[in-house]
Amino acid sequence: MDFFWTYLWPLIVIVAQSVLLLVILLVAIAYILLADRKIWAAVQIRRGPNVVGPWGLFQSFADLLKFVVKEPVIPAGANKGVFLLAPLVTCVLALAAWAVIPVNANWVIANINVGVLYIFAISSLMVYGVIMAGWASNSKYPFLAALRSAAQMVSYEVSIGFVIITVLLCAGSLNLSAIVEAQNGNYGVFGWYWLPLFPMFVVFFISALAETNRPPFDLVEAESELVAGFMVEYGSTPYMMFMLGEYVAIGTMCAMASILFLGGWLSPVPYPPFTWVPGVIWFTLKASFMFFLFAMAKAMVPRYRYDQLMRLGWKVFLPLSLAMVVIVAAVIQYGALASSAMK
Amino acid sequence: MIVAALFFYLFAGICVASAVMVIAARNPVHSVLFLILAFVNAAGLFVMMGAEFLAMILIVVYVGAVAVLFLFVVMMLDVDFAELKQGVLQYLPIGIVIGGIFVGELLFVSLTWVIGAGIPQAITAPIPAKIPNTEAIGLVLYTRYVYFFEAAGMILLVAMVGAIVLTLHHRVRVRRQDIGTQVAREPAASIEIVKVRSGQGLGSNI
Repeated sequence: MDFFWTYLWPLIVIVAQSVLLLVILLVAIAYILLADRKIWAAVQIRRGPNVVGPWGLFQSFADLLKFVVKEPVIPAGANKGVFLLAPLVTCVLALAAWAVIPVNANWVIANINVGVLYIFAISSLMVYGVIMAGWASNSKYPFLAALRSAAQMVSYEVSIGFVIITVLLCAGSLNLSAIVEAQNGNYGVFGWYWLPLFPMFVVFFISALAETNRPPFDLVEAESELVAGFMVEYGSTPYMMFMLGEYVAIGTMCAMASILFLGGWLSPVPYPPFTWVPGVIWFTLKASFMFFLFAMAKAMVPRYRYDQLMRLGWKVFLPLSLAMVVIVAAVIQYGALASSAMK
Repeated sequence: MIVAALFFYLFAGICVASAVMVIAARNPVHSVLFLILAFVNAAGLFVMMGAEFLAMILIVVYVGAVAVLFLFVVMMLDVDFAELKQGVLQYLPIGIVIGGIFVGELLFVSLTWVIGAGIPQAITAPIPAKIPNTEAIGLVLYTRYVYFFEAAGMILLVAMVGAIVLTLHHRVRVRRQDIGTQVAREPAASIEIVKVRSGQGLGSNI
């Protein structure tokens, strides 16, 4: 009985929480996908998917069904194990990142002390899905795309890392819930980090686009030059897992942006009746707003050329974010000195 | 404690098994993938010992950056397996010597643990209780070991600059894109609007 309460019961609780989160997340991803297509269509004055269900609301589920019942084809020259492992890696890693994301005060599956680093580690592992897929396909275009995108994802990770460091300097913790709490003040929306760290917010947004291979940085699957990049040889369920992983990673980046810069679950006006609204609703609204920006960037900005992409990452964002780390650290240090001298 | 032991043996077992596979795998790309698996399991062991910061840094630095470069290089190389296997006997003595040194050092470490139980505590900084792991590392790294830390950073910087100097060939006769001038360009400087009469063409207007 003792064994049950110490080990089995927590296990059951965690499994139940994880399943609940996964189900909600996957349904949300289905509608994010639809929203992406609808926003894209609206910018181009089209209707977008509107046949399956009212306003095309069931389109994503119809797509899911289509992918699942198709026959998976594995090329004869492919390295079979790695070929099938790559989509699994992408999908599982993307979902695993959500274990530490707090959607409300104390609403988190694993409230670990190094939450930010965990997300960062997961997103640095995401590149393996792409490289493994490109190599295992044993074909030219996927391989070229994989090499290209490995360089792209590793480059932009560097600037994302420095952006996160500036936020950590302000918050003084690596715990995601503590970072949100550190933004809780009397000024509401003006107390969140997007205002004092605005340049870093912009850098984070653009780097997140590059990190998740979204347009205008979708050189990984540039259809006009590489057919479909590393996914050329994939079809049916393995392809669907890539797409799912990609969109879950985009969701993670939106959630990260709203936690680091937009105050997570906090209400924009810190007085009733706004504070009566459950935090999870504010969180969802902020993440959805970030996703809207992602979708608009996809619809409006033309694709970058590869050398311009590398230039932006290494010659613009890296010095900018490095300088910002130094400035923020200096301001915090001397601000603390000044305030202690005043007393 | 049973669960903790179970997880320890799980991580340790996979770690050792994948380390063996790194040298046993026939395909070098598979070797690198097994190396990554070994790193991830080592990170799991770090988490179990309460060093969660080290675990995450291990994944970010070794798996996220170093192993990606490994994989990059191994994929680009056209490796001839037969030739690779022929060299094994030639390099075996050096391998045995290096392996022997490692085993000896590991034995020394575990012997210190058994014989001089106080030595590890005497030569390392005390582990402070009740503050997060990240903070504890920062407190010793930037105070007690700051010179070593800075020296390590300097060495890495020099190595990086050296690598860049060795590989950077700045060719002169290449037309490069200058983003600044391109963005600053005005329509007036680049377009001329000309009224063309029908049947006459541009003629001498240009």
